[in-house]
Amino acid sequence: MMGSDHMHRRWSNLRKVLERSGPFCRPDFEPSTETLQFLLDNCKILVIGAGGLGCELLKDLGLMGFRQIHVIDMDTIELSNLNRQFLFRHKDIGSSKAEVAAKFINSRIPGCNVISHCCKIQDKAEDFYRQFHIVICGLDSIIARRWINGMLLSLLVYEDGELDRSSVIPMIDGGTEGFKGNVRVILPGLTACIECTLDLYPPQVTYPLCTIANTPRLPEHCIEYVKVIQWPKENPFECAIDGDDPQHINWIYEKSIERAAQFGIQGLTYRLVQGVVKNIIPAVASTNAVIAAACATEAFKLASSCSASLNNYMVLNDVDGIYTYTYEAEKKEDCVACSQVPKEIEINNPKFKLNDLIEFLCEKPDLQMKNPGLTAYINGKNKTLYMQTVASIEERTRENLTKTLVELGLRNGSEINVADITTPSTIVLKLKFVYCNSDM
Amino acid sequence: MASPAPKSPEQSERNRKYDRQLRLWGDHGQAALEGAHVCIINATALGTEILKSLVLPGIGAFTIVDGKKVTSEDIGANFFLETDSVGKSRAQIATQMLLELNSDVRGDYIDEEPDQILYNSPDFFNNFTVVVATCLVEKSLVLLSQRLWELNIPLIVCRTIGFIAYMRIQVKEHMVVETHPDNEVPDLRLDKPFETLKKHVDSVNLDELSFKDHSHVPYLIVLYKFLEKWILSKRELPKSYNEKSQLKQMIREGIRRDENDTSNSEENFEEAVKAVNTCIGRTEIPENVMNILNNDQCINLTAKSSSFWIIAKAVRDFVENEGGGLLPLKGTLPDMTADTEKYITLQQIYHKQAIADAEAVWRRTLQLLRQLGKSSDSIPERDVKLFCRHALNIYVAKGTCIADEYDSKIFDASNIVQCLENPESMMVYYVILRGIEKFQTEYNSYPGEFDDQVEPDIVKLKVCITKLLNEWGCGPLVKDDYVHEFCRFGGAELHSVSAFLGGLAAQEVIKFVTNQYKPVHNTFIYDAVTSNSGTFFF
Ligand SMILES: [Zn+2]
Repeated sequence: MMGSDHMHRRWSNLRKVLERSGPFCRPDFEPSTETLQFLLDNCKILVIGAGGLGCELLKDLGLMGFRQIHVIDMDTIELSNLNRQFLFRHKDIGSSKAEVAAKFINSRIPGCNVISHCCKIQDKAEDFYRQFHIVICGLDSIIARRWINGMLLSLLVYEDGELDRSSVIPMIDGGTEGFKGNVRVILPGLTACIECTLDLYPPQVTYPLCTIANTPRLPEHCIEYVKVIQWPKENPFECAIDGDDPQHINWIYEKSIERAAQFGIQGLTYRLVQGVVKNIIPAVASTNAVIAAACATEAFKLASSCSASLNNYMVLNDVDGIYTYTYEAEKKEDCVACSQVPKEIEINNPKFKLNDLIEFLCEKPDLQMKNPGLTAYINGKNKTLYMQTVASIEERTRENLTKTLVELGLRNGSEINVADITTPSTIVLKLKFVYCNSDM
Repeated sequence: MASPAPKSPEQSERNRKYDRQLRLWGDHGQAALEGAHVCIINATALGTEILKSLVLPGIGAFTIVDGKKVTSEDIGANFFLETDSVGKSRAQIATQMLLELNSDVRGDYIDEEPDQILYNSPDFFNNFTVVVATCLVEKSLVLLSQRLWELNIPLIVCRTIGFIAYMRIQVKEHMVVETHPDNEVPDLRLDKPFETLKKHVDSVNLDELSFKDHSHVPYLIVLYKFLEKWILSKRELPKSYNEKSQLKQMIREGIRRDENDTSNSEENFEEAVKAVNTCIGRTEIPENVMNILNNDQCINLTAKSSSFWIIAKAVRDFVENEGGGLLPLKGTLPDMTADTEKYITLQQIYHKQAIADAEAVWRRTLQLLRQLGKSSDSIPERDVKLFCRHALNIYVAKGTCIADEYDSKIFDASNIVQCLENPESMMVYYVILRGIEKFQTEYNSYPGEFDDQVEPDIVKLKVCITKLLNEWGCGPLVKDDYVHEFCRFGGAELHSVSAFLGGLAAQEVIKFVTNQYKPVHNTFIYDAVTSNSGTFFF
């Protein structure tokens, strides 16, 4: 029953497209039985995230002939996952997503060998990532996507300025929100990367402090007020807000209701409070299934060469009928992450302070850094200009924030090394002073 | 503490489990989903993938109809079968494994071929909310289509071959109140203000306001004032780009500058300038809504009319009377820079007018129910309110019967001919898929199903397609490479292509069940090689 005849027939659907040639195959495609064997035995795939997309991806990959799969996710299973993350059951709540998902797939699909990693992506080093043929992201975090993008770019090998093609690990990225989704195929160093198109991600909705404090109009303003002003002041549970603690949500709900009543604002609900506090993105099984499936198809085409790849971005929306749109996102000549050219930052004001520079790095739509740490080579010495993430260094470098770049010893053409949680590598920025002053 | 804080509502387990989707279709959408019973014909990989995305969000019940036994090929593509289920009933195993996903869902199966059921127990389908069919041969498809057309039950037909996916939706008539448009135009009525709005804005004099108040007036009032001025001199709304630019300039000139801080500008005025493009248009009833209100089913109600049409008629009567030619007011305002008091006051004015309009429509609904001899509780007041709130975006789709596509005497192929003139059109896939159905009827296999038959099958499939095109009065298809590609597929079902269509088909089911969002109208084709898709109407 479980003999080779069964195995042979089990993959008969895949074998039709892998062992026959067709008019639309890629020119480098050779129909053969070896392709399936490569998928089954050798092709190593990394799935990042074992959530809504991740569960679907593992199933899809397993049934498209991939068996050497790793999955990485640091999260544990929650009740609100169960409406779409179909590898998890009620009894699994509290367990590691990666572990439960891997175990489920391995037991359902014979021969499938999913290996789980319950940790952050940042806990793994270059050698870990280098072993894969393809990386697929099913993430809801932009920062994590950017970090992986940076990691795969850092693995590229250039010889005499020429990219060594064998060092390219394709990255397939899926994302969903409600009934909308997108899929993209990135060939690091060759096609548009995540940073090339960073302005596609809209900045998070924020409410001006003066509005939430003085002129609230929406229920969201009342919730934000309780979250950012009232909570730190009253510190009801002597800890930071935990969006998963119902006591915390209840407290915020009750205080928000009071504030809304005080201003005559209507429409404040418990669901809205949860949504604002936890920054909840609506999600449904069907969209995750669709987007993950498209990612898996791309992985199959890339690994087997049996067909051309998506070039290179697809958006989907099924609110009004079903709408898809495919286009080629363009690689940016001066992309900070993938261009090999230090990005120039124009400074047009001699009073430009280090603080201004940090703000600039965080707010510029094509940089969107979070808490950049800056170092530079000044007068023959490597000097830390500012670093927020290490308390002792922060304290020591804080005074630099109010100094101008010139006071810090930086000159036209100086290079600044920037580290940020959005990338595993250091980014080099080149200062270009564009104001006229002979003293400089 | 002055007054005790209100108690937090207890979050039920159900609410917490479905939280992420309740934010999309609401509690009433969920209730509709939980009341639905869907039938799936054939537990192929595509069939179970569709069901997966319905069982997870908590559909009430499903029934699988499938007379086949599980094969090794099935297991390679279908996640809801197991290696040791080979030889057992596919309907039974798939039902068991899908039920494991959600204990709220009921499921059963009929271990019989759909043909048998269609012939022997035609009443079987009477009580389903939606029927979904995968992998159905031509003859059964035509029968099923006719049966469900008579019953007025939506039918979704899905199929994937190799990298190509196809979905056809059959529904006689489908009405949607909540379409959830992505870009909703606010219903502000600046050109035709209602009495209370006019009174309120007239009571504000921008010139007499303090600097602080001037910069805290909601932009809507600013816009109203300047529009009023414009109409006074020009007699009509600004229409052209040029006229709108002039109005913007007028508003900009109304900005007061702070003498101490020249960089400071008034944000509310800036917002008013931006809103000129979106908020200044003639308030009228959109054409598609007008068509619905003028539809014969709306004008001539009968005892059989559905609540949608009864409420639509009540709205129509409202428009002709209290509404003064306009729909009931939506009653919601976009956010705008303002102080709390000024914003809330304005919000209340819109809100109260919307309530008054909805009440008028409700009274007219009751009147209609009486005339039709129906009880007054046959339509809940909240349905009328919902209808009024979304009146600008209601949608009615009139469908066609799939069986008509298979009757060359009725079928109008001119659309196909026209599409095929465009070399990029995905219509070619429709034609080939139809040819494959003919091939299956004739040879009882897929073209290219057997390794040694690929070449001869290309010729045979071409003959089938040419015959079909002849019946439609079309010339031959000159796309041999596409025919070849389908023979390469040999009817293969690739899991990821089926999973893609499965998610989309499930979403279409949810649209029918919840009466929210617009379904595909009516044929969808997807090519997983390029990721392109197309929608056609047959
Ligand atoms: Zn880049």
